Amino acid sequence: MDFFDRFAVPHPSIAIYASMAAIGLTVIAVIAGLTYFKKWGYLWREWLTTVDHKRIGIMYLLSALLMLFRGGVDAIMMRAQLAVPENTLLDAQHYNEIFTTHGIVMILFMAMPFIMFFMNFVVPLQIGARDVAFPRLNALSFWLFFMGAMLFNISFVVGGSPDAGWTSYFPLAGNEFSESVGTNYYMIAIQIAGIGTLMTGINFITTILKMRAPGMTLMKMPMFTWSALIANVIIVFAFPVLAVLLAMGTLDRQFGTHFFTMDNGGMDMLWANIFWVWGHPEVYILILPAFGIYSEVISTFARRNLYGYKSMVGSMVIISLLSFLVWAHHFFTMGQGALTNSIFSITTMAIAVPTGVKIFNWLLTLRKGKIVFTTPMLYSMLFIPLFTLGGVTGVMLAMSAADYQYHNTMFLVAHFHNVIIPGVVYAMLAGLHYYWPKMFGFMLNEKIGKWTAWLLSIGFIFAFMPMYVSGLDGQARRMYTYSEASGFSLMNMISFVGAAIMAIGFVLIVYNIYYSTRYESRDISNDPWDARTLEWSTHTPVPEYNFAILPDVRSNEALWDAKKNGHVLFKGDYEKIHMPNNSGIPFIMSCIFFVWGFSFIFSLWIPVIVTTIGIFVCMALRSFEQDHGRYITVKEIEETETNLRGA
Amino acid sequence: MHKKGIKAALLSVFFTIITVLAGCEPLLVLDPKGPQAERQASDILLSIGLMAIIVIVVFALLVYMLVKYRASKQRADYEPPHIEGNLWVEVIMVGIPVIIVAFLSYVSVQSNYIVEAKPKGYEDTKPLVVYASSSNWKWHFSYPEEGIETVNYLYIPTDRALEFRLYSHGPITSFWIPQLGGQKYAMADMVTTLHLAADVPGEFMGRNANFSGKGFAENTFNVTAMSQKDFDDWVKEVKETAKPITEKKFEELLEPGHLGQQTYTGTHLEFSPPPSGHEHGEESSETSESDTHTGSHTEHEGMSH
Repeated sequence: MDFFDRFAVPHPSIAIYASMAAIGLTVIAVIAGLTYFKKWGYLWREWLTTVDHKRIGIMYLLSALLMLFRGGVDAIMMRAQLAVPENTLLDAQHYNEIFTTHGIVMILFMAMPFIMFFMNFVVPLQIGARDVAFPRLNALSFWLFFMGAMLFNISFVVGGSPDAGWTSYFPLAGNEFSESVGTNYYMIAIQIAGIGTLMTGINFITTILKMRAPGMTLMKMPMFTWSALIANVIIVFAFPVLAVLLAMGTLDRQFGTHFFTMDNGGMDMLWANIFWVWGHPEVYILILPAFGIYSEVISTFARRNLYGYKSMVGSMVIISLLSFLVWAHHFFTMGQGALTNSIFSITTMAIAVPTGVKIFNWLLTLRKGKIVFTTPMLYSMLFIPLFTLGGVTGVMLAMSAADYQYHNTMFLVAHFHNVIIPGVVYAMLAGLHYYWPKMFGFMLNEKIGKWTAWLLSIGFIFAFMPMYVSGLDGQARRMYTYSEASGFSLMNMISFVGAAIMAIGFVLIVYNIYYSTRYESRDISNDPWDARTLEWSTHTPVPEYNFAILPDVRSNEALWDAKKNGHVLFKGDYEKIHMPNNSGIPFIMSCIFFVWGFSFIFSLWIPVIVTTIGIFVCMALRSFEQDHGRYITVKEIEETETNLRGA
Repeated sequence: MHKKGIKAALLSVFFTIITVLAGCEPLLVLDPKGPQAERQASDILLSIGLMAIIVIVVFALLVYMLVKYRASKQRADYEPPHIEGNLWVEVIMVGIPVIIVAFLSYVSVQSNYIVEAKPKGYEDTKPLVVYASSSNWKWHFSYPEEGIETVNYLYIPTDRALEFRLYSHGPITSFWIPQLGGQKYAMADMVTTLHLAADVPGEFMGRNANFSGKGFAENTFNVTAMSQKDFDDWVKEVKETAKPITEKKFEELLEPGHLGQQTYTGTHLEFSPPPSGHEHGEESSETSESDTHTGSHTEHEGMSH
């Protein structure tokens, strides 16, 4: 039994046993369902082995929604625990685990795959390509991310969750103070998902640079593609830092090195520094594609071209450079002295300038427009004021001397939620509504969608504005409880009410998907929003080859050009199309990675060695494989096109 | 327009409510009792003011655009024009933020040098040096010149510069007394210095602000500021009544947990010196001389469990 003791949760509770049962039942139900409906073959052929960027995108979306649920439950539990003083709903250990997993899940396993979903689904369509540059690598990226996410999530029921905060500062996260395997999960699961992300970065840079339709010069790319390009460049520079950092953390925890330990010359400050060298650019990896989505949505529904295209591109480039020069603002209070703080204070505030340029460009895009209030537009219009609030509090935090008072308080928590929720989450929801018809051939219900946007916004204001106040009143973040005498009760109660309203909003999203799937009309055009870019020029649903004839592009609004100026997008005759074959290797290899990661976390070295060999075998198989893809014949194209046009 | 209007109204109502409710008692950070906290509070208020202008401008522009250019207000056949950027508009939307940011940067840099130096108004006083070291989940305050040590409470004289030298016997913590000034980290491999001062006598809340594990929420301490005379009396009383801190006793204190308030004569610095590595330029200039302790430096314990 000793062997199995290591898998026990160190701090079990009813909630954990209930989750165990729920996870077990869900797995059994899924397996039984697939068997009963004889869907195993379908699942394998159409999804697990697919290399189609659109399907991979949809799988990213499903994962993101799943993780949104997990992270959201964490959030509501935290707010419930803090709603009243000296609450006993959660104890310190559980609260610590929950805020840790909330942070990691929401940023790395919710926001990141959501971004990846948009990049996967939209970028190839927007640049008039038939797939990404390396389709099989793309599948591997997804499956590595997915396995990393799943591995991280089982920590809750096997061995214990990490509990040292999503930043996992040493020495708290080191062996001296975190004995359970929780932090091993952090190191290994994020490492596996991170490798996937890094490969995505390489893949999309290549795709965007090499696979654009004829005539689409860099300055004729739609804004979302620009944002994706820049975000992926940041990924390629930032994620290797994370990989090295996690490897160092793993070495410290499992192999007795002393990078960050308290004795033998380890430096706790080193972890914080390297973490934020990755962590700050990571924020921009999330926000830039979000800005890209807003640019598409605002220009579409203002019925106008995006104002200041060049300055939009320029400001993103500047933001991406500055994002690597501000990391020390996450620890102005580390004692690095007035000079260092001054430098980082100035670089941080400087980011406000290009960000402001973007806000003003969006406002000027509305000018002389013909604004239509669809759900995506509503999210975008709620984004501008709420995000501005978050942005200006960011400038306040950038004043390093004042930051000594904001740091580690609820003020900071309010700030970053105030940029991430209206900034990133609203963009994801706006984009979800916007691209839903292209993905599934029907619209999401507009009425429910608008209700959701308002509920989320009202909930958001109630949930996070009080945190600014309680932060200035001395409420530190990450406290699992507080006393009546502290005077924090009222603000935290309002916050809880806000969180509950937001929860209703998120439930409504699920309901909207259900409702629209059942009742919304299937009879929609290829371009239901009267949009301006190439992704709307192909059929709905999008055929696997995306475009029967590659489009010829003259401006950054190719479809608008075609609609208004009579530009002909698709010239010439059908030719046979070269497509990549499906492959099971990415999925199998990622499953092996999962076992590898699990064994590594528990220091089970024999399975680690076996699975390492397995991973190399998969890579070798790929290297020696002769697979030149396949061709779709002209006849097949003609049939597909006729069917889709008829539909 | 209505929805936007409702939204703006909602926001302003909300802020009014918060201000009124919070107005019953001033927020700690905005109720400073020392020069450092005062400087920080004035920076905060200044930046809130400036930022409020930006927020109002953006909100106003947004409402204007949404009211004026919504489709229902336009002719059915209205075709929005194609407009590229305009150089002058862009100069303005870069220029004005640059001016604001430059101004705030100027203030920020000034404040950095102010909060990292002896508190204003007390430059002539001889600072009281207190070593504040954290362990899971307590604070140990050593007064080397007075030769006393307390746990989880801090007595300080008013009208005198205070120099806190911070370090940790465990995870990174952050020493914070909101009403006297902002926080600074206490870490295992470096001593950091925080300059504070109290203008008036009173009791203040102090805590570790940086998450440090299970006992973090209760990792607080009480601060009492009193006149120099009362402080001297207290020191004298402690010296007469308290027991000496021994190495064995100190090791017990380091065990994880929350002790109440305790008082000792002598300091643990004598047998368990603060970390000496990685000292940083600016703060360490004064430390080297006043720091020499009589205790044995060869012993190396207490730093790890």
